[in-house]
Amino acid sequence: MNNTYLKFGLLILAFIALPFIVNAVPYLGPSWVRILGFAMLYVLLALGLNIVIGYAGLLDMGYIGFYAVGAYLYALLSSPHLSMAGLAAGVMNWPIWLIIPMAAALAGLCGVLLGAPVLKLRGDYLAIVTLGFGEIIRIFMNNLDQPVNVTNGPQGISSIAPIHIDAGAWSYAAGEAPHALFSLHSKWSLFGLQVTPVINYYLFFLLIVIFAIVMSKRLENSRIGRAWMALREDEVAAEAMGLNKRNIKLLAFGMGATFGGVSGSLFASYQGFVSPESFTLMESIMVLAMVVLGGMGSIRGVVLGALVLSVMPELFRDLVNWVQPVIMDNVTFISRDVLRNILDASTLRMLAFGIALVLVMRFRPEGLWPSGRRRAELHDKDDDPEAKTLGSSASAEASKAGRSTSTVHFHRGEAKA
Amino acid sequence: MVPVGVLPARDALYEETLVEAQLNVLMQQILNGLVLGSIYALVALGYTMVYGIIGLINFAHGEVVMVGAMVTISVLTMLMGFGMSAGVLTLLFALMIACVICMLLAQGMEKFAYRPLRKAPRLTPLILAIGISIILQNAAMMIWGRGYKTFPEVIEIHPVNFLGATLTNVQLSIMVISVVIMFGLWVLVDKTKLGKAMRATAQNQEVAGLMGININRIISATFLIGAALGSIAGVMRAINYGQADAYMGLLLGLKAFSAAVLGGIGNLFGAMAGGILLGLIESLAAGYMGQVTDGFLGSNYQDIFAFMVLVLVLLVRPNGLMGERMADRA
Repeated sequence: MNNTYLKFGLLILAFIALPFIVNAVPYLGPSWVRILGFAMLYVLLALGLNIVIGYAGLLDMGYIGFYAVGAYLYALLSSPHLSMAGLAAGVMNWPIWLIIPMAAALAGLCGVLLGAPVLKLRGDYLAIVTLGFGEIIRIFMNNLDQPVNVTNGPQGISSIAPIHIDAGAWSYAAGEAPHALFSLHSKWSLFGLQVTPVINYYLFFLLIVIFAIVMSKRLENSRIGRAWMALREDEVAAEAMGLNKRNIKLLAFGMGATFGGVSGSLFASYQGFVSPESFTLMESIMVLAMVVLGGMGSIRGVVLGALVLSVMPELFRDLVNWVQPVIMDNVTFISRDVLRNILDASTLRMLAFGIALVLVMRFRPEGLWPSGRRRAELHDKDDDPEAKTLGSSASAEASKAGRSTSTVHFHRGEAKA
Repeated sequence: MVPVGVLPARDALYEETLVEAQLNVLMQQILNGLVLGSIYALVALGYTMVYGIIGLINFAHGEVVMVGAMVTISVLTMLMGFGMSAGVLTLLFALMIACVICMLLAQGMEKFAYRPLRKAPRLTPLILAIGISIILQNAAMMIWGRGYKTFPEVIEIHPVNFLGATLTNVQLSIMVISVVIMFGLWVLVDKTKLGKAMRATAQNQEVAGLMGININRIISATFLIGAALGSIAGVMRAINYGQADAYMGLLLGLKAFSAAVLGGIGNLFGAMAGGILLGLIESLAAGYMGQVTDGFLGSNYQDIFAFMVLVLVLLVRPNGLMGERMADRA
């Protein structure tokens, strides 16, 4: 046990040291520290989605909607936008210790509200409906600049205040600069080590991610966590054991959304600008890919997946930028326009995500670094040749005989029978 | 297409013309909805057939539709570049090539991705399908770029007056062809041996297999038919809007899926009715939403109606208008 804590502690220390090292390396520098900060936000998102998909087995494709809710809440409450639109008397400039809990609560509430109507649905229907919800949230944010300018439409909201803790009044007269007691936007030094704003943010995000990991871990082994997994594995059996399906599922939606909301509010402050473009379906799919690649239901896997999939594309972008001119100069048998389309960094990135999803699902559905339990679930029939060849009728027999009960209801034939 | 606003009344004749004009606008919206709806219906059929037979939402179907449209445009541009004369035959030839490519695509997907996972937990093939959809979309972006491609002027488009509204000959043909295709599909599923085998496989794969039906072949055939219908629908959409792009598949697919759920997934007539109904809802809502909500929701919200319909249907009547399957079996 001590060993586990020691390992965890060393890992945390390594992550604390990481931005300083990255900052000092000449090729990487501050822009890569910034990328690490975004990676932390994605870890937070992936941990939240992991609760919904990994623990409770509910495929939520509109997850980015909660991220958007958190981000817009932060943006509205700490930028001059509302007062410029004539919706608030003074410039909104709320302190972080109010906004983050509010973002968590509001996103959680949205999660429950969106979860409630789709509770009865399972699997694929749920995916499409949540996808629809995510799109609805985005379309509203895109269009809510009329008749009353709430979200400023596609232009988005800019000049969002950095994360800060204020004493005194929450809202300031327009134009007056907020006098923050403590802001992540300030520089300071520790033992002669310069800590820049991006590193501040990174360390703050890291703190929240550690908190989220501990929370996920505690949830996993709690009564609620076990209830989620029971529902995921066999809804009917779980209900027969006296679980309240409705409440437990709503809790999963709400809990996952809470993580998304917090991550969103941090995103808004970090980026200083939000627009609906940051919350498209592709972002949802990216987070999904992180969870799936690492292994649904496995905290370490999800963290790894999120880190890999958020850092890799950036490396990839640099690589493409470096390779592109070389190829453009030397390859002449393909027209330049086509070549430019093919070497487009964001297209290649999405293509890589798609390929990752397909390969993982096809050959290793439990993910790259799965939790033991999940792997057991997905593979407990491998040594059961009868069930494999004869399919569901055999698995029905098997379940009667008391074998492989955990996966039975997932099987198509079984669900239809 | 916002109807005529409130103008000061002059005399009885003026009132009459105003009413008539509004009626014509309504008629126009309805007909536009029908055109849109027949396209949705054709795409929805692809979803519903595959769902009916293996219980999978083929998330990549929308992208197959997109590939159909894009390939047709490319082939047409090439053919006309070679000096082939414009005309219906040229269009049909291009469509045939697109159709074959889409069918190969669907066949490959089924064989290499979905078939090995037929017995896997349900989320696995669904996430895989999402992955395929992303791959296809981005591959299309690589081939055709991010911008839209204009549909070549292969047939002469001229307006036709129809029930007081103005449609183009193309739009009229879209409706007629859709009806013919749907009738053909009904004959195929209801009257032929292949259709019987498909229905048997949908009911119970194991027993159908024991009865001597080659299940793999039947499932492949279902994918192929869906892809063929999809490619036709894609071309129709591209002609109707005069353009197509690599992004068109996603939203079209989602809307068509909503249509399939509205009609009752797994049910052919359900998909047809659902598609046409969704087209009508969208067209009318886009036309009158601004008036009804006093400018709060305008036609820029057009794209959310499909989702709203989907959510409402799943809440109120999860098996859809004509479906007998329970949604929560999904």
